[in-house]
Amino acid sequence: MKSFHKICALQDIPQQGARVVNTSAQAQAIALFRTADDQVFALDDHCPHKGGALSHGLVFGGAVACPLHNFKVDLATGSALAPEQGQVPCHAVEVRDGEVWLAV
Amino acid sequence: MRKQRLVLIGNGMAGVRTLEEILRHDPQRYDITIIGDEPCGNYNRIQLSPVLAGEQTLSDIILNSEDWYDANGIRLIKGVAATGIDRVQRTISLATGEAIAYDKLIIATGSRPFMLPIPGAQLDGVLGFRDIKDTTAMIDAAAKYQHAVVIGGGLLGLEAAHGLKQRGMNVSVVHLGEWLLNRQLDEQAGRMLEQAMRDHGLALYLGQTARRLVGEQRVSGVELGDGTVLPADLVIMAAGIVPNDGLARAAGLKVQQGIVVDDTLKSSDPFIYAVGECVNHRGISYGLVAPLFEMGKVLANQLAGCGKQRYTGTTTSTKLKVTGIDLFSAGDFMGGDDYDQIVVSDPKGGVYKKLVLKDDVLVGACLYGDTGEGAWYYQLLREGRNVADMRRDLLSGPREVGDAGTAGANRAAALPMDAEVCGCNGVSKGTIVKAITEHGLFTVEDVKKHTRAGASCGSCTGLVEQILMSTVGSSFQAAPRQKPMCDCTTHTHAEVREAIRNQHLTSMDQVMRKLQWRSADGCPTCRPALNYYLISTWPGEARDDPQSRLVNERMHANIQKDSTFSVIPRMWGGVTSPAELRRIADVAEKYEVRMVKVTGGQRLDLLGVKGSDLPAIWKDLDMPSGMGYSKGLRTVKTCVGKQFCRFGTQDSTGMGIELEKALDRMWAPHKVKLAVSGCPRNCAEAGIKDVGIIAVDSGWELYIGGNGGIKTEVAEFLIKVKTATEVMEYSGAFLQLYREEAHYLERTVHFMQRVGLDYIKERVLQDEAGRKALWARLQQALALEPDPWRARDGVAADQFAALPA
Repeated sequence: MKSFHKICALQDIPQQGARVVNTSAQAQAIALFRTADDQVFALDDHCPHKGGALSHGLVFGGAVACPLHNFKVDLATGSALAPEQGQVPCHAVEVRDGEVWLAV
Repeated sequence: MRKQRLVLIGNGMAGVRTLEEILRHDPQRYDITIIGDEPCGNYNRIQLSPVLAGEQTLSDIILNSEDWYDANGIRLIKGVAATGIDRVQRTISLATGEAIAYDKLIIATGSRPFMLPIPGAQLDGVLGFRDIKDTTAMIDAAAKYQHAVVIGGGLLGLEAAHGLKQRGMNVSVVHLGEWLLNRQLDEQAGRMLEQAMRDHGLALYLGQTARRLVGEQRVSGVELGDGTVLPADLVIMAAGIVPNDGLARAAGLKVQQGIVVDDTLKSSDPFIYAVGECVNHRGISYGLVAPLFEMGKVLANQLAGCGKQRYTGTTTSTKLKVTGIDLFSAGDFMGGDDYDQIVVSDPKGGVYKKLVLKDDVLVGACLYGDTGEGAWYYQLLREGRNVADMRRDLLSGPREVGDAGTAGANRAAALPMDAEVCGCNGVSKGTIVKAITEHGLFTVEDVKKHTRAGASCGSCTGLVEQILMSTVGSSFQAAPRQKPMCDCTTHTHAEVREAIRNQHLTSMDQVMRKLQWRSADGCPTCRPALNYYLISTWPGEARDDPQSRLVNERMHANIQKDSTFSVIPRMWGGVTSPAELRRIADVAEKYEVRMVKVTGGQRLDLLGVKGSDLPAIWKDLDMPSGMGYSKGLRTVKTCVGKQFCRFGTQDSTGMGIELEKALDRMWAPHKVKLAVSGCPRNCAEAGIKDVGIIAVDSGWELYIGGNGGIKTEVAEFLIKVKTATEVMEYSGAFLQLYREEAHYLERTVHFMQRVGLDYIKERVLQDEAGRKALWARLQQALALEPDPWRARDGVAADQFAALPA
């Protein structure tokens, strides 16, 4: 059963950047992304193209470009931006009073 | 508020492409209605020739299915003609009696075949070749009848003749010109085509007119000017096209063999625009698709409220869609007295090439039999680049397949389908061709989006352009001469650089606001470029934005395929010491580095480092960053030089170290490599470096613009100097010029090709004060740059350590 856990303060994630969360329960590390307008999203840190660490990618708008081959993924849905195809597992995440809570 | 009503008359390629572009800019802006008199959705008209020849089917060439219209909320009124425009009430009346109101109207009614006004032209079996209806009528006739006559030996006429021949008819072509395609080819190429067409089984009547069509109900023959009568059950008039401007004329718009439009595609009525073959722009009506798409792009930009772009005309190129015949022409291929011509003619071998130059600029090309370099010539032509220094090699073209860093191109047509085109993403030619035909792609950008070919290092872009060209022929939409930086803006790299300098913009926010960026915070293409332009134009003033740098520069290490990193400490001029080596070895052991490797640039690379270990490794190494990851100075490679070498004439190692120390931490549009060799044996391989320095007895020779990368480029000689101080000043001035004026991701060689070696000589050699100023600006900028590894305390730990769950 998943429940929300407090991970860090919003400020701990750089704007237009990402942090990785190591969760033992999870096969893949989870990356937390913070957009320019302070929305936070959580995706598996694994690009569907060749497995690159999305957390090292460039965050733009509501998407991230994988650092390995520039494969672009929508942060809200985990879907590759058209016309690419692919899906990254998404995780529930919330910002409560400046703190980031992730469902694990 | 009610949305504005945008009505398009004409459901063809030009109009619908315009709407696609508008939807891309702003899908919510308009309520859109399309009135089309054909009974189907939008199809690729230029592929009708392959359909006629039986190489494609009608369903293959549909561009927008009915679903597309629905999905975009477009009302499509099909199979109904517009009968009038009321410009006062702003309504369009339809053949059904309905009236459609508009706020803005686009007329894209295209053209119709010019039917020669000769006796018998109204007989059954006399057709133009324009739409699906004509095509199916021709296919049906070919099944029933034997003799076809095509009037007009232009592109369309020959394609029609070829198609009918493929369908088993006896085909004659009657052509007024002295040779076939006389508007696309010169006489010699025309004669070669003539032979090929005769071999193909067509009967040709050149320099002939059709005086009269014979027949009762259905046509039975064509009487030529000399009295000859050719048997004919089917006559195709392919003698040119006439803009369909009747509706506009009746509505009182200014019409002159086409609807007259200005550079924003606006007609004489400010609420009415026109695009495509029905327009007359600066006195020209186009009958090829590339210009129509360019117009569509500009019009969409206007209608989406951006209002930035102007259409200034198109240099067109042509290619015949007849299997087995390769011909290409563009620009002013006939030449004349003031022109130079470079010609290769081998009629027996079936090859003819003519390049026309004026004042060392390529202005026209006519190729027959070997069109492999067509796209490359076309690009040179559109760029209007000075080709003086490549004249000798111009005919042989850029040398290697796959090169494109140099805007290169090659024999794409001859490549087998399974040949790999994009090495980064493993995309074959077959995949690209399939995507082009299935999705109706016309631009390199589209191909990139659909196949990933060219989406990574971009070195195959030239080849992709070639494949596009050979697949879709004249419909190929050449990239505009001035490409915008990316989808976020209409501005080119040069315009953005200029705005940053002239308007003193110092932050990305400012640039995006002032230049009206379409996206909130840019994209992975524009952000790294903007960041570079800002910090290189306003060093010390503009703040570096790490989040706009790609991962390597953000982490100050190279990301590897498994997302580990590699670390390269700087070893000045390739020289190290036992103590340094010991420290590197200790660090490698302590952090369980997976491999220690000597790089091509005389450095030691520690591979397989975890991202979270990076700050600790830098600290333990206690060496400056080798910046082996940077778009900036990488290495200065050296040989041993006169200190030890028995041939060495100067201290090349010392010179290398001095240069590297002077240029250390230099960010640049792309990676920069230098080398210093102690004698002309050139052990440091200075001939393929961005700046190569070769010592000779009497001093130093400087070479610039070499490249050992995607395509090997030999550096060009710049100057010979006497002293080490001069070496620094000239090298530094050239690099600063490159830093200030090159486009982001443009290597020195491509920068040099774009601006010309003469320009660089003017700035770096002839203008002494300018040279010293450039060198001074570079030194000032570098003085402000910290070493990224030593500045690690300032780097937020965020980038490196994982968070506990």
